[in-house]
Amino acid sequence: MNLVDRLKPLNTPFILVAVVLLLAVLTALVDISLLTRIITVMFVSLIMVLGLQLYMGNSGILSFAHIGFMGIGAYTSVLFSMTPTAKELSNPNLYPFLIPLHMPFLPSLLIGALVAAFIAAVVGYPLMRLSDAAAVITTFALLVIINVVLVHWDRVTNGPRTLFGVDNYTTLWTSVTFCVITIFAVYLFKESRIGLRLRATRDDAYAAASIGINMVMMRWLAFIGSAFIAGVGGALWAHFITSFSPYSFYLTETFVVLAMLVIGGPYSVSGAVVGTLVVTAAREILRAIENYVNILQVFPQGFFGFTEVVLAIVLIVILVYRPTGIMGSRELRWPQKLPKV
Amino acid sequence: MINLEFIINTLSLGSLYAMLALGLVIIYGILRLVNFAYGELIMIGGYTMFLLAGFTPLPWLVVAVLAVAVAMFTSLFTELIAFRPVREKSLTAMLITSFAVSTLLQNGALLIISPRARAVTLPQIFQTSVMIAGTSVPWRNILTIVTSVVALTLLTLLLRRTVLGIALRAAADNFTMTRMLGVPANTVISAAFAISGIMAGIVSIFWIGRSASVTPTIGAPPLLVAFVATVIGGMRSLTGAVVGGFVYAIIISLLGVLLPPDLVEFREAFMFAFVIIILLFRPQGLIRSKTSVERVG
Repeated sequence: MNLVDRLKPLNTPFILVAVVLLLAVLTALVDISLLTRIITVMFVSLIMVLGLQLYMGNSGILSFAHIGFMGIGAYTSVLFSMTPTAKELSNPNLYPFLIPLHMPFLPSLLIGALVAAFIAAVVGYPLMRLSDAAAVITTFALLVIINVVLVHWDRVTNGPRTLFGVDNYTTLWTSVTFCVITIFAVYLFKESRIGLRLRATRDDAYAAASIGINMVMMRWLAFIGSAFIAGVGGALWAHFITSFSPYSFYLTETFVVLAMLVIGGPYSVSGAVVGTLVVTAAREILRAIENYVNILQVFPQGFFGFTEVVLAIVLIVILVYRPTGIMGSRELRWPQKLPKV
Repeated sequence: MINLEFIINTLSLGSLYAMLALGLVIIYGILRLVNFAYGELIMIGGYTMFLLAGFTPLPWLVVAVLAVAVAMFTSLFTELIAFRPVREKSLTAMLITSFAVSTLLQNGALLIISPRARAVTLPQIFQTSVMIAGTSVPWRNILTIVTSVVALTLLTLLLRRTVLGIALRAAADNFTMTRMLGVPANTVISAAFAISGIMAGIVSIFWIGRSASVTPTIGAPPLLVAFVATVIGGMRSLTGAVVGGFVYAIIISLLGVLLPPDLVEFREAFMFAFVIIILLFRPQGLIRSKTSVERVG
């Protein structure tokens, strides 16, 4: 088998990576700082959405905890990447033993992701036995718990106040690089033995169990992987935004990531990419309208929430008319010739 | 520490939470839908009171009744527009829909009214207290208890003595079978959403009565309370919802008194950890219903 044949099954991730790289190159060529910001944040969102797709798409279970793991990744990585002086300035209550820790960006990011994955592994294992509404309520409960801890553990997170003074390490190219890696990772997971088994449990739990698939174990592995990716996303985001509070990792953000995945199509990796691109474009346009109306001062009380209202309506319409999203469960791929007999 | 004041406060909190939990469970029992938009009904009730009490000369009792009515119609309306079309699709689709409806209503309030808190004019009785056996008890708490007793009695009568009530209970037990016996699905589901809206409306009066102001995000805390209470009591039992509401109030009041001050601010985290533990070890809740398939291993 030559190299081309070997790579053929991977044509979906190659197309998606090509789209992402093309966007990045165009952005770099245009070189408007606002556009670069938007596209960089979009790539970080894409990582988040891909991470959620890894769990939700393959297991069929809605998870609300994802943004919580993003928060864990963000706060943990920042603890390692900030200089001791910056830490003392930004969070005077920090535990003394945490102050001298200092590492380059990449190891900090990895530690952040690993901590998120570790917490997911510990708290997640028992949760994987739950399905449907119970699963949703428990992951929602997990999100609330993570948020309460982030808000009140001020010796680590600076409490509800904004943590500032984080160095800006995430550039357009860092986020693109991680995006490319994540696309391959998520696609390969979907096509791997674990991914295939997990999808089997999604389609028919009893049939899957009857051929010896350990549903709880498969879900658990996907949950850990998904939390790891969320941790990476959180770390990248933190080092791009550079000042943030625990409220950045709660229901508003959850809604956006969920809308991106559901609008694109939760059952395919291409759906995650398409959804992120479409929703980002729509959000930016709506937000521009919102800002414009606010500048014109048409309404005395201000014009807030328009973006979310439209996004919510679009989401409901998509769920009514096309519940599997834009992509359905298909992946983007080159049209293939049928093999000659 | 545990005196008459504590008991009456906990009872009043418990009856409020019981009504909250009931409104959530009555829909869950039939549709298996955890309605994330439930908290927003309370917000809608609050804004109705803000608008009517602030800008019209209507007497307060009328305002309160109208707030309940508006919450009920909003609930019915969300069912008609959003939930009915996705009902047959998947549970996940329905859950995401409810999350979207919640975001829609919340940001709608932000857009139409204001992101800032609005003061709600309340009648005098919400601020005054009465002396009972040497302790001062706010009238508000007594009103909460009385109203919830009346509401729960009426609901019980409805469920036990009317055809609609019997249909509702049958649908919660086995929806498919109920439909086969000729009960129209839409009627039953609409009735459940109406009851849920009424509960949210009644709760909104007392919830807003505590803070005397309303914001677009005011629905989140009661929603979280309702989640915890329903899980404690058993997601599919109406009696369980009432029990769950009271148990929640007792636990949260005790945690407030017993936890060391450093940990009191984490008490929500404790409550939710408790929820996870209950769902793992007793997914049917305190009050068991006939079938329960939330857990798979």
